[in-house]
Amino acid sequence: MTAALDIDRVSHSFGSVAALTDVSLHVPRGGFTALLGVNGAGKTTLFSLITRLYDNTSGTIRVAGHDLRRAPRQALARLGIVFQSRALDADLSVRQNLAYHAALHGIGRAEARVRIAEVLDQAGLTDKGGDRVSALSGGQTRRAEIARALIHRPDILLLDEATVGLDVKSRAEVLALTRRLIAEQGVSALWATHIMDEIQPDDDLVILHQGQILRRGRASNIAGRQGLTQAFLSLTGTPA
Amino acid sequence: MSGDRAFPAAAWATAFLGIARRETLRFVNQRGRFLAALVRPLVWLFIFAAGFRAVLGLSITPPYQTYVLYEVYVTPGLCAMIQLFNGMQSSLSMVYDRDTGAMRTLLVSPFPRWFLLASKLVAGVLVSIIQVYTFLAIAWFWDVQPPPWGYLAVLPALILSGLMLGAMGLFLSSTIRQLENFAGVMNFVIFPMFFASSALYPLWRMGESSTLLHDISAVNPFTHAVELIRFALYLQVNWLSLAVVLGFLAGFFAGAVFMYDPSKGLWARRKGKA
Repeated sequence: MTAALDIDRVSHSFGSVAALTDVSLHVPRGGFTALLGVNGAGKTTLFSLITRLYDNTSGTIRVAGHDLRRAPRQALARLGIVFQSRALDADLSVRQNLAYHAALHGIGRAEARVRIAEVLDQAGLTDKGGDRVSALSGGQTRRAEIARALIHRPDILLLDEATVGLDVKSRAEVLALTRRLIAEQGVSALWATHIMDEIQPDDDLVILHQGQILRRGRASNIAGRQGLTQAFLSLTGTPA
Repeated sequence: MSGDRAFPAAAWATAFLGIARRETLRFVNQRGRFLAALVRPLVWLFIFAAGFRAVLGLSITPPYQTYVLYEVYVTPGLCAMIQLFNGMQSSLSMVYDRDTGAMRTLLVSPFPRWFLLASKLVAGVLVSIIQVYTFLAIAWFWDVQPPPWGYLAVLPALILSGLMLGAMGLFLSSTIRQLENFAGVMNFVIFPMFFASSALYPLWRMGESSTLLHDISAVNPFTHAVELIRFALYLQVNWLSLAVVLGFLAGFFAGAVFMYDPSKGLWARRKGKA
């Protein structure tokens, strides 16, 4: 079975500054992979390459088996993306935002209505569909962003620091929603974060630092006896 | 291309209508924007034109076949002004969308970027046309009454001029790094473009005081947008202006598509600004 996301030897630079060097990672279908790195590690650059906001000129990126350079439309159609910054239109209602994003994937109005009800239910926002996004709390907005990312039934969700700026309760809700989607819907997720608490021992973990992958494997194996925080600090050479 | 075949024709129409619906909803939700877009040209028509009427004599100037009031002369220029500001408003909202991340959701759609940008452009033009017709309806009560068929004949001219000015805004939005830099666009693009054109006074009038200014105005694409609208409103075609508007439309749109292309443009390479 093809992987949900396969990245092989991808590099990227901004002028003479290397942002990513020889990055390879693999997200299996129905799997949760955490991408851990401090701010500036290259997580957002990697997401920009996967979503084709930046052009990938070295290495290959495959989404559900589709090469991003050779078949960008098929690849993008299988990606659901939650950006770090707000991407919903605050002046429109949640339902209007979802209808817009359904249209951006060529989903007709009748079908979109069915899917909107479906994703609102999944995100626990059924009663908020008519509310303007500006009236939602931070946690509800992030869940609405996830609903938006699900509207076209993607194979994989990319979540770029999806819990940034949220309180503890909202963070837990967003993370729980993502894990539930994986368990119930079989969708895969690449979860970029710099918060150790969000990673569970059984998760696939990739540690990205200064544009390079330092370690990948099961989180509990990487953490070892010293714990994940200490292991991360040791690997990245960051003083505790 | 194989990707194109992945979508049936209905899906393209759905995507376009979705983008158009969003632009319209945004416009409807921002009532202040509609009011501002309308008040600006009305102030020019009611106050500025009234003052100028007394000091500026106009001889018979094509397409007019008789002497016309200054309010009549200035109206096509004000229609183009609405479209110019609408194009810039659109450009401003794209820079804002880019800063907040909303632009990314548009650009990561599986539809090709030229199509997404063109859809956004056309949607913006539709909004500007609603504003122009509202303005023309009010101007009718101010004795600016072109031939009845002129209201229909001007529609294709408004579409083309709106597309050209919108494409210019789209192109400019790709070159602006920060929202704060947008004030520079007002000073260096909008005002010179508007004042160095035939919107407020005929080119021959301008030539009487400065040949250089006349020549600059003659090559200003905004002048040709104004003249295209002016002639169409009086059931004529200004072929030179039509050619210039089409040429600049193609140039600005090609530039915008290039700048928003991840593999070619400059915008996407800017770290942290995608």
